[in-house]
Amino acid sequence: MTAPSTPAVAAPPRSRNRGSGSARRVRGALLGLIVPALLLGTWQLSSATGTFSAVQLPPPGAVAAAGAELLERGELGVHLGISTQRVLLGFAAGAALGLTAGAVLGLSRTADALLGPTIGAVRAVPSLAWVPLLILWIGINEDSKVTLILIGAFFPVFTTVSLALRHVDRNLVEAGRAFGLTGFRLLTTVQLPAIIPAVFSGLRLALAQSWLFLVAAELIAASMGLGWLLSDSQNNGRVDRIFLAIVLLAVLGKTTDALLGLAQRWAVRRWA
Amino acid sequence: MTAVLASSTTADPRRRPPLQVSFSRLGRSFGTSSDRRVVLRDVTVDIRPGEVLAILGTSGCGKSTLLRAAAGLDTPDAGSVLIDGTEVRGIDERCAVAFQEPRLLPWHTLQANVAIGLPKSSSASAGKAKVAELLKLVGLDRFAKHRPREVSGGMAQRASLARALARTPGVLLLDEPFGALDALTRLKMQDLLLEIHAAQPTTVLLVTHDVDEALQLADRILVLGSSGDGPGSTVKDLIPVPGARPRDRSSRELAELRRHLLTLLGVAAH
Repeated sequence: MTAPSTPAVAAPPRSRNRGSGSARRVRGALLGLIVPALLLGTWQLSSATGTFSAVQLPPPGAVAAAGAELLERGELGVHLGISTQRVLLGFAAGAALGLTAGAVLGLSRTADALLGPTIGAVRAVPSLAWVPLLILWIGINEDSKVTLILIGAFFPVFTTVSLALRHVDRNLVEAGRAFGLTGFRLLTTVQLPAIIPAVFSGLRLALAQSWLFLVAAELIAASMGLGWLLSDSQNNGRVDRIFLAIVLLAVLGKTTDALLGLAQRWAVRRWA
Repeated sequence: MTAVLASSTTADPRRRPPLQVSFSRLGRSFGTSSDRRVVLRDVTVDIRPGEVLAILGTSGCGKSTLLRAAAGLDTPDAGSVLIDGTEVRGIDERCAVAFQEPRLLPWHTLQANVAIGLPKSSSASAGKAKVAELLKLVGLDRFAKHRPREVSGGMAQRASLARALARTPGVLLLDEPFGALDALTRLKMQDLLLEIHAAQPTTVLLVTHDVDEALQLADRILVLGSSGDGPGSTVKDLIPVPGARPRDRSSRELAELRRHLLTLLGVAAH
């Protein structure tokens, strides 16, 4: 016999319009900048025309000047650095725990029956309710803040992973089992790759939650960080610095989310 | 191609010899106690080492259930499956399965998918060589680095077959492996299976609903169906197929047998 004939191969779908694809991305990014630019313009206009007083709404220039001043004094770098560090630590720990717990409860019906209700009840506790307890137990320090962020990052990852694992293609899992894959090897070979898109949705939600919980932690008990800058500026009536902190939180949150989005695009292409 | 086939019989000293499979009074029901549905009842049959047994029956008669019991993917309620004299308990290293769908991992290349079939004990270099050899055997060596969605259904099914062979199984379990392919590809795959069986002798259990496929490939045909007064399916007939393979698809002897099989399956052979 001759080698089996080889039917026509479907063209790989990806590599086709790479050029126009990147052009489209640039265009999308530019479109996304229109509204922020309009907002900035309206902001400038309404403070320049005196619709709002400078106390209510400082002009963009004043906010930028406040930023430059803090930067010169070396304070802004400290705030940005410590806030980012807290978010990254809490997010990483929370996501790792969420992934582990999600895998255990998603794969084992016994573990789900045993722990599911408890974890559900803990999730139902509003985030700020943890603060007094964390301060009592851990104290006012880095650990208590990172722990609060960890709690915030844990649940989105846990929920998406445990749900997605229940819906992995049974046929694929059975094929894996038929070839001797069990337990951890089955998880890493078949189940986890199959839920990569869901894992990244969970991670992005968790990252957004992390920034939210960061501000909660820093508003309450901190001596530096963007959340502290907010509360301190409120006490001193520095509306320009409040605006500065808000804008920086938006920029940082969006930047980290975009980075995670890039990783997601790569991972989905690799595994989906 | 012939060179490949010749070398593959001698290349692997660890190759398992073909093994005997015995179903002994095997029974399987599904559902809760109030709503119990008997699928298989009292199935007893011995399959000789190296034999190709086709399991034929109408849709839903329990063909796949029988195969899954041999693979250890399902546990019978009654009776047992013995491979080489020892009972099957859980997934069995000595068996390899190819399913009706290719069931390849979409994020892996064909090469990596075939490698999943390798026995745990195989070394990295030996495994790599084995995968390359098998991809060549099923005619996919040029497509080793392709993902499953980049190849046709027939090619994916060949990769699935190679994955099963990577296990160097004593028993090869095929669950309607060509059922979803177009008629022409199916004939080519049948020829390929015969090539593989000649090159790497192993016991083959082939579930099919295609009478001609059974006649073309099998040493014996096991017909499953309801018989007697009990519920569920059992062995209706066990028929040796005359003639050495490859068989002439239009021989008169086979035409007689085809008529008999179709009658057993409840189809008028006009």
